[in-house]
Amino acid sequence: MEAAHQDVSDRRLLTDRIRYYGDDVAAVVAEDEVSAQRALKAIRVEYEEYEPLLTPEAAMAPGARAVHDECPDNILRHMDLRTPMPPESGFQSVEDVLACDSYFQFEGRYATQMVQHCHIEPAVSYAYMEGGRIVVVSSTQIPHIVRRVCGQALGIPWGDIRVIKPYIGGGFGNKQEVLYEPLNAFLTRAVGGRCVKLELTREEVFENTRSRHAISFDVKAAVDKDGTIMARWCRAVSTQGSYASHGNAIVANAITAFRQLYPDRLGHHSEAYTVYTNLPAPGAMRGYGIPQANFAVECMMDDMALKFGLDPYRFRLQNLMPLGYVDPFNGITCHSTGLRECMEKGRAFIHWDELREKYENQTGPVRRGVGMAVFSYKTGVWPISLETASARMVLNQDGSVQLQLGATEIGQGGDTVFTQMAAESIGFPSARVHIVSFQDTDTAPFDTGAYASRQTYVTGMAIKQTGEAFKRKLLDYASELLERPAEELDVRDGEIVDAGTGALVLTLHDLAQEAFYSFRHSVHIAAETTHQCRDNTFAFGCCFAEVEVDVPLGKVKVLRIVNVHDSGRLINPQLAEAQVHGGMSMGLGYALSEEMKFDGKGRLLNGNLLDYKLPTAMDHPELTALFVETEDPSAPFGNKALGEPPAIPVAPAVRNALLHATGVAVNTLPLSPQKLVEAFARAGLLS
Amino acid sequence: MSMEILSCTVNGRPVEVGIDPRESLADTLRERLGLTSVKKGCEVGECGACTVLVDGEAIDSCIYLSVWAQGKKILTVEGLQDESGELSPIQKAFVEEAAIQCGFCTPGIIMSAVEIVGSGKQYTREELRKLISGHLCRCTGYQNILNAVERAVNEAHKFVGK
Repeated sequence: MEAAHQDVSDRRLLTDRIRYYGDDVAAVVAEDEVSAQRALKAIRVEYEEYEPLLTPEAAMAPGARAVHDECPDNILRHMDLRTPMPPESGFQSVEDVLACDSYFQFEGRYATQMVQHCHIEPAVSYAYMEGGRIVVVSSTQIPHIVRRVCGQALGIPWGDIRVIKPYIGGGFGNKQEVLYEPLNAFLTRAVGGRCVKLELTREEVFENTRSRHAISFDVKAAVDKDGTIMARWCRAVSTQGSYASHGNAIVANAITAFRQLYPDRLGHHSEAYTVYTNLPAPGAMRGYGIPQANFAVECMMDDMALKFGLDPYRFRLQNLMPLGYVDPFNGITCHSTGLRECMEKGRAFIHWDELREKYENQTGPVRRGVGMAVFSYKTGVWPISLETASARMVLNQDGSVQLQLGATEIGQGGDTVFTQMAAESIGFPSARVHIVSFQDTDTAPFDTGAYASRQTYVTGMAIKQTGEAFKRKLLDYASELLERPAEELDVRDGEIVDAGTGALVLTLHDLAQEAFYSFRHSVHIAAETTHQCRDNTFAFGCCFAEVEVDVPLGKVKVLRIVNVHDSGRLINPQLAEAQVHGGMSMGLGYALSEEMKFDGKGRLLNGNLLDYKLPTAMDHPELTALFVETEDPSAPFGNKALGEPPAIPVAPAVRNALLHATGVAVNTLPLSPQKLVEAFARAGLLS
Repeated sequence: MSMEILSCTVNGRPVEVGIDPRESLADTLRERLGLTSVKKGCEVGECGACTVLVDGEAIDSCIYLSVWAQGKKILTVEGLQDESGELSPIQKAFVEEAAIQCGFCTPGIIMSAVEIVGSGKQYTREELRKLISGHLCRCTGYQNILNAVERAVNEAHKFVGK
């Protein structure tokens, strides 16, 4: 990867300079937890206190102390991107368009809060030594990356480290980061190879692992009187916290998606800042900057529609990313889109036209509204980063196949769909494909892991081409046994058949037995290939919500909600639906209740599952997931991203429903009762 | 601190095990008896992942001292399969409704479902929401979990319709 996109090395295993409340200063290895706790109490640390910088504004102020000496102004990165203006437009810059009074002009500011992944299994890993090598077992999404980072951190050959990933209790991006694995690897060496385990408490998960960035968006737009978006500007400022984690990549992704969903007719100008502060470090979380950007862009669409007297549904439709769109900076192309059909389905489900009219001009303490939001989301990380995946298929003696991948199951159903993909590409029934679920870097083929909704797209292609290679080897061996050309044969339902008639000519069991135990030609049939993916594609979708707002209580109740997704062809519709439910739930928490709160010293106030308001079953309405299936030509099976997208459009849809119900535009998340009562009071809704 | 002997019944079998009197039932079940279906998500009774049945009642085993279990009957997910290894009807309902994603909250919710089904009552959807609201899940939005619990209740008692 080119230097600009590499990780920022700003962190050691332990620090002698505290950058946030809870920073890692010392480690104790003890035989049990009680002894460890007592030993920790015996450590004395002297602190020299400085005023903490808790907001980007404070950290960017002149004279602010540097969180990292290497970054004196606390701005980890500033990006400034302008699309070229069409010469025939007569405008020199986006700013000229934004100053042109023949267009509608809009300005706004939207901001999102810091939230946590809240996988129910806390982050945990352990390390021990065996035969001079370090074995690390971790609840991780990225075993091969853990191996590299442990090797780099300890300065030892990467091959001296073996990482094992068992079943894990959720990740959502938090376990896409190497957390305490290198510390455990370091400590096991320090104690003669004995096993060292660090299982974080829930409170430590909140404070010492990653979270979703709070990002603010200042925006401007010029809209033609016919409703065409001519130009937009946005300035996104991301609150990075005390360490770089994914660096500028997340806010960069945010401004990219902000630009892509509605390509501006004339031009687009966006700026992004990633700013160090003295808060716990955010990192990757389901959606990677896009839930934040989508809140800004979709609130903005409704606010503009209201201001300019446009219909918010048609205004979106008119400006949507078209099929064939090519991003001017990264070249990502819209190969397929079912977004319009998604919108139609969502509109019909919620009874949009009827309820938009019915809920106009309400009075009284309890009011209802309907709102919507749409999104686009890319699939994988190409061309920003490398996309590579490998698969291996190995024949068993009974004619079944062993499927080995470096791609990981983290609860999203990866193993199930990988099994289906392998079965389809070889010509086997799924029951004859045995997937190795745990990754062991000693044996698992290379794959960067579960993130960016990439695995069905990138790993899927590796499985498909490996399946085809495996099938050719089966047919070649069958051809040798049967003394018939391989082209006359095929694998169907797990047996060798005549390609023309479909008649059974050889069972796979007999073929396998011969291949393994033949005196004439014994061969262990296996195939392994790598797919380096050099493409990307957009998944789409929308959310429609109907809410009831209790104005005096400041309480929003979601009555009905639907997400409609175009994730290409669905590999497993039942799991796809379940995935959408989970994302909607995360979106509802983001919209209404979740927020990491800090005191004036930067100490987390609600870092536990009692005070941090993760939704319970009582907090949700029935969740409806619908799909519009497209056939994406760039994908292995027509499929596109689905893991992250469901969490994206929910918060702006709920916020826009609130706007419809009350006429009050609330531009920050979450839509908590305290905030809403204040907003309603300001708007004169409360006497 | 000296060890004590805990005598109780775990998944239908009499058990005697040495315990530290300060330890939680969750730790005894996981660390001393190897019953790792008992998950620890918070260790303070917030998430419900460690739920087991003690004398038929669902409790958070992370905030239940092992010494309190003296002489009692404890049931975990490991005790639900029948002799042939078949999953119980409640477990099957969870599989068939795709109510499991990462699976970490699942054993605890299944034990609550055992208690719910065992009550012999019929519940509305809203009542079921309340009954499982002590369990946190980040993967499913509770939608398919509710479907599974509802199905298990209806199948167990041959309730028809909503």
